[in-house]
Amino acid sequence: MNILDYTAVQLSEKIKQGEVKVAEAVEAVFEQIDKTEESLNCYVTLEKEKAFRQAAAIQEKIDRKELTGPLAGVPFAVKDNMCTKGTLTTCSSKILSNFVPTFSAEAVLRLEAAGAVIIGKTNMDEFAMGSTTETSYYGVTRNPKNPEHVPGGSSGGSAAAVAAKECFAALGSDTGGSIRQPASYCGVVGLKPTYGTVSRYGLIAYGSSLDQIGPLTKDVADCAAVLTAIASHDLKDSTSMEREDTDFTAALVADVKGMRIGIPRDYFGEGLDPQVKDAVLKAADVLKSQGALVEEFDLSLVEYAIPTYYTIAAAEASSNLERFDGVKYGYRAKGVEDLHPMYKRTRSEGFGPEVKRRIMLGSFVLSSGYYDAYYLKALKVKALIKRAFDDAFTKYDMILGPVAPTTAPKLGESLSDPIKMYLGDIYTISINLAGLPGISVPCGEDKNGLPIGLQLIGDSFQEKKLIRAAYTYEQCKEGK
Amino acid sequence: MANMIDDATIEYVGILAKLALSDEEKEQAKKDMGSMLDYIDKLGELDTSGVEPMSHVFPVQNVFREDVVTNKDDSENILANAPGSKDSMFKVPRTVE
Repeated sequence: MNILDYTAVQLSEKIKQGEVKVAEAVEAVFEQIDKTEESLNCYVTLEKEKAFRQAAAIQEKIDRKELTGPLAGVPFAVKDNMCTKGTLTTCSSKILSNFVPTFSAEAVLRLEAAGAVIIGKTNMDEFAMGSTTETSYYGVTRNPKNPEHVPGGSSGGSAAAVAAKECFAALGSDTGGSIRQPASYCGVVGLKPTYGTVSRYGLIAYGSSLDQIGPLTKDVADCAAVLTAIASHDLKDSTSMEREDTDFTAALVADVKGMRIGIPRDYFGEGLDPQVKDAVLKAADVLKSQGALVEEFDLSLVEYAIPTYYTIAAAEASSNLERFDGVKYGYRAKGVEDLHPMYKRTRSEGFGPEVKRRIMLGSFVLSSGYYDAYYLKALKVKALIKRAFDDAFTKYDMILGPVAPTTAPKLGESLSDPIKMYLGDIYTISINLAGLPGISVPCGEDKNGLPIGLQLIGDSFQEKKLIRAAYTYEQCKEGK
Repeated sequence: MANMIDDATIEYVGILAKLALSDEEKEQAKKDMGSMLDYIDKLGELDTSGVEPMSHVFPVQNVFREDVVTNKDDSENILANAPGSKDSMFKVPRTVE
């Protein structure tokens, strides 16, 4: 078997058994990168030398039995909005084109402590604003299943790198679907944890009340292992939650008997590609055949999630991105003599159009005279959306639906009409508003061979139920 | 478009957002913001009287920790990222006449 065909957990097992060396795994990944990276552009930065140095250090620890966990020795990719000490971190923006952090994000440190080898930083939409990875300053990433199509976004580089075997697993971040949607488009597993499960320390903020880091992996078992490694209570993130049971691998049980699954009728209306609909409902049937109790219900408020999200996310972004001013790090406009014009020129030259669009919208909805009508209103609707989910979870263990209305669009089709692009987030966005966990699992392909994703949404802190159901589906689906 | 964004509003937003926009960008921004606001106006359909605005989903209150230094002085590396530095300080353009 080719090393690249192992899942992350399988690879680590082989390494611990002495059948594969960590350096061989890293070598295999870089050989693959040599073959496919030129056409796919999954990475902004590759750290080959550093990866081999890290591999040697980790191999020693494995040999001394100091590292025994399920991810020891596994080559990983990290989305380029997570700080990595000594490694360029650009957020796929010009304004951070020369930023080398002096510290690492907590999630990255956790991964390193688990024995992961970080081989590079993956491409993304600039500041995670976008759904296609086309707003990156460093060029588009292409979908490994069909390079004419986008990989999704904003964690498009991470999803594509896993799908193209340019790494064994990756970290992404999800503010409105940015892990689940590219996972769906590229045919990999992606999980957005409950808000507060993974520390946001060192994650370059977009919408702080919505952002969560999570895994993109080849299968559900890898997903559980990565989430177990990165979940932590961190005093450096004041929204970090203290959770008791974070061994998510214990939920890898193929059994959904008696599990109550609700399918929101509102997720299957206009705009949903019939092929996506069929694949998702077929997946529901698989769970039903395994003993889950599946029924339809009305979630309500679905069409209000997108306007609520864009108001809140833009407001938070306009505040978070104030820090990019050309003073302490990053790009500074040349030849400007006064301070204020320097700020303005730096930001105007350093940010791309989508980022400017959201900063301006955010500045507007927070400005006096409009704050109540827009920002406060959105926070109230957010409370109603949370309430609708709370009601649903009194009846169901989880909600099942599609990840996105369509499979991956062609390159260049999405950016011309921002609102149309935002509408593609309809099934993913509301769970960020409500702080809930969600997982995307491959559940088929359309007639062009593009992957389709099944989304399972859980109540707060119920990742284990999601992992259990996703694992059951993965084990029992056709062709398995 | 129900929301017409005028030049004065775009100027004002440009000041708040600290962005210097070209004329072309201003025209595009007027259009984009107008259509986004039209879309956001949909929220007006919902009666939210008596609903408390929700900023965070979990009732996490202020989180305190002891104010002790846990990291070392890393000023050299930090300044290495600065577009300009002098005598261990950030160097910025003139701020006063």
